Amino acid sequence: MRAIVILASKEFCDGIRNRWFLGATGALMVFALGLTFVGSAPLGSVGVDRVAVTTVSLTSLAVFLLPLMALLLSYDALVGEVERGTMALLLTYPVARWQVVAGKFIGQTFGLGAATITGFGVAAVFLAVLSPGSANWHGYLLLVASSVWLGAVFVAIGLVISGLPQQRGAAAALAFIVWLVFVVMYDMALLGGLVADQAAIIGPALFNFLLLLNPADAFRMLNLAGVEDISVAAGLLGAEMAGGLALSGALVSLLVWTLLPLGLAVGIFHRKSL
Amino acid sequence: MPAKQAVCVRGVTKIFDTQHALENLSLSIEAGESLALLGHNGAGKTTLMKLVLGLIRPDAGEVRILGVDPAGSGATQVRQHLGYLPENIAFYPALSGLETLTFYARLKRQPVSDCKDLLERVGLGDAGGKKVGAYSKGMRQRLGLAQALIGNPRVLLLDEPTTGLDPELRHSFYNILAELERDGVSVILSSHALTELETHTRKIAILRKGHLIAAGTLAELREQANLPLHIRLTSNQTDRFINFAPSLPAGVTGNLVNGHALELALPASRKMEILCYLVGNVSEFDDLDIYQPTLADLYLHFQNRSIPS
Repeated sequence: MRAIVILASKEFCDGIRNRWFLGATGALMVFALGLTFVGSAPLGSVGVDRVAVTTVSLTSLAVFLLPLMALLLSYDALVGEVERGTMALLLTYPVARWQVVAGKFIGQTFGLGAATITGFGVAAVFLAVLSPGSANWHGYLLLVASSVWLGAVFVAIGLVISGLPQQRGAAAALAFIVWLVFVVMYDMALLGGLVADQAAIIGPALFNFLLLLNPADAFRMLNLAGVEDISVAAGLLGAEMAGGLALSGALVSLLVWTLLPLGLAVGIFHRKSL
Repeated sequence: MPAKQAVCVRGVTKIFDTQHALENLSLSIEAGESLALLGHNGAGKTTLMKLVLGLIRPDAGEVRILGVDPAGSGATQVRQHLGYLPENIAFYPALSGLETLTFYARLKRQPVSDCKDLLERVGLGDAGGKKVGAYSKGMRQRLGLAQALIGNPRVLLLDEPTTGLDPELRHSFYNILAELERDGVSVILSSHALTELETHTRKIAILRKGHLIAAGTLAELREQANLPLHIRLTSNQTDRFINFAPSLPAGVTGNLVNGHALELALPASRKMEILCYLVGNVSEFDDLDIYQPTLADLYLHFQNRSIPS
């Protein structure tokens, strides 16, 4: 346990030291503030709640940005140290290989989580000034919490990528492909399938299930379907995805997508020769 | 289980792709005993160290360090008592020397307060606050030794520890090693610097293409190799040995080096006998030097012998 804490805190401090943390927080903050002001402008005076609309916008932002940031952070975690030669020395210390993976996971998740909380937190301060007394703050809190979790999911996936190849370049390419598949192509393929299928095979239940298979979509579902005003603001999906089933399904999906890659990363790293 | 053996390697084979890095290698090192690994580049020295450390697994045979399998689950605790200095040591360049040692000391559950003393011990007392990325090769090597010494290890594995060190540093390096050996630490080191090893008497193992071709102390290796001893007779006057050379005892060959000297080659076992003969019967020489076969001679002898099948 102690070894994990030491490794995690080193990973976290590295993030602060090499300004990664600063850059990520800044980027998230700029985007979140931009969406807070611009995204809620067209509501006028009749519109839906400002917090709900911003939550919807930020959900779309987080789905794109956080997996990318997490993968950029973690694809290098194992293969980078192996390539630079520091891993061989580290593993001659009283540290088990699974502890190295766990330490990296926790440290990087904390780093990315802190950046997320700071970035979205600053946006929340401005929202609170613009829209005092909104009834949808729990939706915003859910967004921040699940964003941290989404980061964790893709850090775990990045660690699998980091354990596979012998070169960093290959890991970087793999990370980009994985991001493309999860965040862009999966939805496009699903949409294409839906259009071609003309509702013959893919009913609402199967469609929801297919969405839940992808952690990025599960995250979207959790945030858009979870809170009533927000699903109204999101407009499109409300009716089909609402309810506790979508919520619990999304949570299960995120949990599986955290634990499965972590276990896989440990297994892969355990077999690796250095 | 008290481990009497520091390291035990039994019938180990390791294959990389199609190349046999080690083949059916057996070797054991008692607790407190030290070993120098010699061999050409690619002979399997680093592979052997990595196997002992559990960084790679053998394809056949078994490896034990302090009584446990280094690649098994019980090895994590045993690593508490190991120190390792890799051949090309790499550190986290953004950390300072002291931060690096602190990180490793915490992993080994050793008091962080010892780190400053360790830096002093390897002569890096003034450079502790400097970023490791700005260290020279010699400084990195010394920091590498410092991290290997954290927590008073019982087994120390040093892979080519003196490459990149200047003669002065090498000297202080071997002094530190001698201190450790006195304290009962098993030091396993690999090196190309044969003359350095000669003065630090320890068990020597010679590897060739993954085979162990010779092992023993310097004296034992000399006995095994049975290389001739050389005695050089010198004279102040020229050409005094010309007539003497043919009258040498049987088994001794003479070789005139220049007008002033005669070099005799003889079996090591007949050293005293020949010396008495020379002193008693040869009046031509003014001085005499005895040359034992050096480690370099022995190394070349064993390397040139064909690999035992």
